[in-house]
Parts: sequence; structure tokens; C-alpha cells
Amino acid sequence: MGKDDTILLDHGAGGRASHELLQRVFARHLANPVLESLDDAAVVEVETGRLAISTDTFVVDPLSFPGGNIGSLAVHGTVNDLACRGARPRWLTAGFVLEEGLAVAVLEEVVAAMAQAARACGVLVVAGDTKVVGRGQADKVFINTAGVGVIPPGVELGAHLARPGDAVLVSGTMGDHGVTILAAREGLGLEVPLVSDSAPLHEMARDLIAACPDLHVLRDPTRGGLATTLNEIAAASRVAIELDEAAIPVREAVAGACELLGLDPLYLANEGKLIAIVAPDQATAALQAMRAHPAGAEAAVVGRVSEGPAGRVWVNTAVGGRRILDMLAGEPLPRIC
Amino acid sequence: MKHVQEYRDPELTRSLAAAISRASRRPVRFMELCGTHTMAIARHGLVDMLPPTVELVSGPGCPVCVTATEEIDRAVKLARQPGVVVATFGDLVRVPGSRSSLARERAAGARVQVVYSALDALELAMAEPSREVVFLGIGFETTAPTVAAALEMARAKGVENFSLLAAHKLLPPAIDALLAGPELGLDGFLCPGHVTTVIGTDAYLPVAEEHGLACVVSGFEPADILASLLMLVRQVEEGRPRVEIQYRRAVSPQGNRRAQQLMARVFRPVDAAWRGLGVIPRSGLEPAPDYADWDARRRFDLEVPPAQDPPACRCGDVLRGLCRPPECKLFARACTPTSPVGPCMVSQEGTCAAYYKYRRS
Repeated sequence: MGKDDTILLDHGAGGRASHELLQRVFARHLANPVLESLDDAAVVEVETGRLAISTDTFVVDPLSFPGGNIGSLAVHGTVNDLACRGARPRWLTAGFVLEEGLAVAVLEEVVAAMAQAARACGVLVVAGDTKVVGRGQADKVFINTAGVGVIPPGVELGAHLARPGDAVLVSGTMGDHGVTILAAREGLGLEVPLVSDSAPLHEMARDLIAACPDLHVLRDPTRGGLATTLNEIAAASRVAIELDEAAIPVREAVAGACELLGLDPLYLANEGKLIAIVAPDQATAALQAMRAHPAGAEAAVVGRVSEGPAGRVWVNTAVGGRRILDMLAGEPLPRIC
Repeated sequence: MKHVQEYRDPELTRSLAAAISRASRRPVRFMELCGTHTMAIARHGLVDMLPPTVELVSGPGCPVCVTATEEIDRAVKLARQPGVVVATFGDLVRVPGSRSSLARERAAGARVQVVYSALDALELAMAEPSREVVFLGIGFETTAPTVAAALEMARAKGVENFSLLAAHKLLPPAIDALLAGPELGLDGFLCPGHVTTVIGTDAYLPVAEEHGLACVVSGFEPADILASLLMLVRQVEEGRPRVEIQYRRAVSPQGNRRAQQLMARVFRPVDAAWRGLGVIPRSGLEPAPDYADWDARRRFDLEVPPAQDPPACRCGDVLRGLCRPPECKLFARACTPTSPVGPCMVSQEGTCAAYYKYRRS
């Protein structure tokens, strides 16, 4: 298999070609003792207690974007979902759907980024699968990752646990990932630096949990953005949430691109940001814990939880008005993750 | 962005709101004529900043919303013809016609292409000469000139597989129709900055002089809108209704002559059906005789049976300022942004969508 090779249907047939691809690309980058057993299922040792399990499928277009590619995103996305339940991420599985005709070099770039991200997160990719479909039946590469993490004793986080009076924090600027993908895909040629925020958040989550005994909710506002995630929390906890628009950090380049495209950064996906909802007396501790990480340098308290009406999210607008912040509806920004 | 921030400065907006409260004594009712204003007012929560004496109602200024159901039915019929690509703006794709929508036709296999301008549609036609590309043109005087430019270019380049299904609307005849209709109890209009950039302010003179209503041409940022509302309030309090321009950085009294000439070359006015307002004389545009070859109505058989609007939908009343979205029985129940019944819930600039998204209770 040389540098200029492309993926053929044979590579997914389970025979010699499949084996070659496995060795050449997957084993080379992702190797670890569990994966190397090449048995029907991975076997791992667990301590007693609770496990968090999550799965996510990645179809982002384009495959590579400023700040990452589909491989690193597929690790960060699942690691962050585990981290938001307070789990220490341990193991990942990776399923690939490849389109016939894909350059092997492109696949290798994706897998290398995945391996590097997994190493940085301290997780092992312990099981994997590859299928190849005909040209036009998928778009280049789709990846599914599933993750397993261990929840330390006493940690209890969930979208249903927000309480009236709690402070609402975000760990940094909103909308970076969504607008970066959109700009890269549409070839907008905006002369502003847009970079995805794709990053692992498990260490920030761990430090938040340690710093705030009354941390109630951790979520990563991915698809649908801050607006949609806060609506989900408000509904699950049967509370209202009130935001101060002026306090929500948005990068100037993102705000400008949004203005141009008629988008609202509060509805755009993030891939390296946390929302934390915490008892009011621990808001400062949470802010410090976030800001201690590079990905949390621009963390801010952006609002508070109130009694009701249940499920409602309000915004005090920057100009001094007040309005509802609803869930994302009917504005599809497909294939951003 | 810095330029925009000046018009979103909280000190400025708060002091404008305070000035409105001080100036306003008698209760007033103003209509915003433009969907972009409707959305900006809702998005920035401006209603919350106004004194109880100032009431705002939305008018027929959302181009998707005023598109008659028959026009959607025609586009659906067109999309079903083999070899035809229907190109149009995104919002229109989801607007329900009598029995189908362009979104449904697309799901059933029709080629419906979302474009950002008529020129994109023309490029599509040049790239795919074996297909008939029909641009479904909607919008007011702001979009009509760019569509006119696309038709001129199609003619100059001899692009034969491109045509226009024109559903454009002209604003001044709609204002006349509103004022001739049921009493709305209006004191003035917040006039659309972008449309006026093209047509100039002459169109509003009879509104102020004959009907005695205040008119202020407004920009679209929060400070623009609040400053315009202050000007409207002052006109009413002084008892001197007239036409004023707040949006001076873009609007001149005579408008954009080149755009006006371009429209006059390519289009001619025709009677047009508006959702909610019925047929208004000379309120639409069709390609002029020189451009008849690019008129989709001449090229295809687009006869459709009379349209059936959903019986309980009150979009028509909403568009005339006769009812607020929550007064419609369907609002936020059968009709939501994810499954809209009427066009005012589909369009991003629709009054019902703005209410649903920003002001539900």
C-alpha cells in the first residue's frame, strides 16, 4: 500500500486488503495492548462503581478545519460527553464508514489526529471497525466513537439538578466551532481568523468538581449551542434561566461573521466549552477552576437560575431589553460535527 | 463590527428609551413595515424598553409572508416537471402551499436549489445547460434590482435555459391598500430603511400629508429603531406628521436612481395577489416585453386551481396588523417553527416566528 493509494470496496470486505489497511493505518497509529489482541471484543479491567457510557457519530464537512479534523473531533466529542457526567474517560471504540475512492493519505491524517487526541486525553481506543461503501453512498469518512468512563464515588451531575439561585457559567467564547465549519465549508473567504475550539474538557471538569462541592450541572453546548442546551437544562430541572447578553463572551471575529451571515452565536455549536451550573456561593471558585485551564481563560458568569416559569430561558439584551431565548428551530446547519 | 457596536451601545439605547418615556404622553400605535425591523425589535427586546403608551404592530413587510399561496402552488407545479430546477431563497422552501411545499417536492425527488441571489441561479443555469433553471423571485424593491440585473445579464449572454417566476411586491401600493382597508388606529409608520434606499421618500408623502400619519425611515440597529420611535413620538406630540429620515447614512430622499432605472427597464408593474391583502393594483412586477423570453409564466403552463389557505390560519390578519400572533388559535399549538401552518411562522422575518422565538408569553 503506497502513499497514492485510494480506498476500494475490498478494504471493507474483511479479507487481505482489510487486514493490510488495518496494519498500515489503524494499528500503526492507535496501537495498544487491548486493541492489538484483535479479538472479537475488547476486554478491560474495571474497579467497582458507576460507569458513564456515551456514543456519538461524526460527519463533519469539511474533514479538516482550522483547529482540528474529524479524527480529533471524534475523540473530543465523546470524551467531553463523559466528562459532563463527572466521569474520568478511559476507553473509546471507533467505527469508520469510508467512501470508496478516499485517499489513504487522507484517512491516515484523520487516524493520526485521532490517536494524538486520544493520547492527550489519556484514553485508549480499544475496539474498532471499518466498513467501505460505494462512491456517493457516504461522504469520504464518517466516524462513530463510543466511550466509557468511570464516575468517582459521590459525584452526581445531571441536567435535572439545577436549582433556583444557582449561578450559570460558560468556560469561554460561544460559537467558534459552528462558524468556523460554516466558513470553511462555504468558502466564505472571510478575512478574519476563525478557529474551532475543539478541545478535551475532562481535566477542567475534574477540577470544577474538586473545587465546587455544589456543582449541579455540567454540559457541553454542542449542536444547537448555548441557547438549546440551556433550554434543555431549564426543562429538565423545571426552572427558568436568566442570561445577561453582555456577559456572554463572543470572539469579535465570530460576532462579525455571524452578523454577516445572519446567525446568532448563541445557537452555534461549540466543541471545547462547558456550561457549569453551581450554587451561588461557589461561582467564584468555579470561575477560578475554569480559568486555570487554557481552554477556560475567557470563562464568565453569564446568568442565574430562577424559580420559573419552568423551562423558560430569558435574556437581558445588551441594549437593555429582555426577551426569550428559545431552542434552535428550523435553522439547520447540517454536518458541523 | 465596531461600526455596528456604536448602534448597540447600552448607554445610548437606554438614554433613547428614557427620552421616549419622557416625550410620550398620549397613547400611540406605530406599524413597522419591514420584517427586518420586526425581527430586530424582538431580538433586542426593545418592546420591553418602551413606555406603555407606545404600542408597535407589524405590517406586511415580510416578503415570504406576503407571497400568495397560488405562487407556492405554481412553484410546486414547476418543480414537478422533469428537467426543471427551481432556485429560490431558503425560507420559501418550507412555506406550505395548498397541498405541498417545495421542501416536500424536494424530498420526493424534485430539484429545488437554495440560492442567495438571482445571479447564483443564473450561474447554475450556465453550468447546467441541459436543465431549465427557474428562479422564484420574491421580495420588495430591495431585491428586485438584483433580479433585474440577472435578467439583463441572461439576455446579454443569451442564456436560454434560465427564467424568472416573478412574485415581487412593491411596498407603496400595499401601504395605500392598508390605509384604504379597515381602521387600524395607527399614528405612524416605522418605514423600511432598505426599501427606501431604493425608492426614496416620495412614496410616504401622501401618508403624512393626506392621512396625517407620522413617517420615519429607520435603520435596523437597536439605537436606530429607538431613535426613530422617538422621532415618531415627537411628531405625534407636536401634532406635525411628516416624513423624516433617521437612517441618513444610507437613505436619500430621491433614492437610488440607477436601481430605479434598472427596474424600469426590465420590469413593468402588474396587479398582484398578496396573502392577507388580496389583489392590489400595480403592486407586483413582471418581466417587460423585451424580457418576455425569460418569463417562466410564458415558458411553462403554470395554471393552478384556486388556492386553499388553512381555514384557522390568521396570517392574513397578522400581516394587516389586525391581530397579534397569540390571538390566532393555531399559534404555538398546531403552528410552530418546526411545523408551520402559515408563512408568518416560516420566515425568519415573520411576525409569528418573531413572537414565538422571542416573546411567547
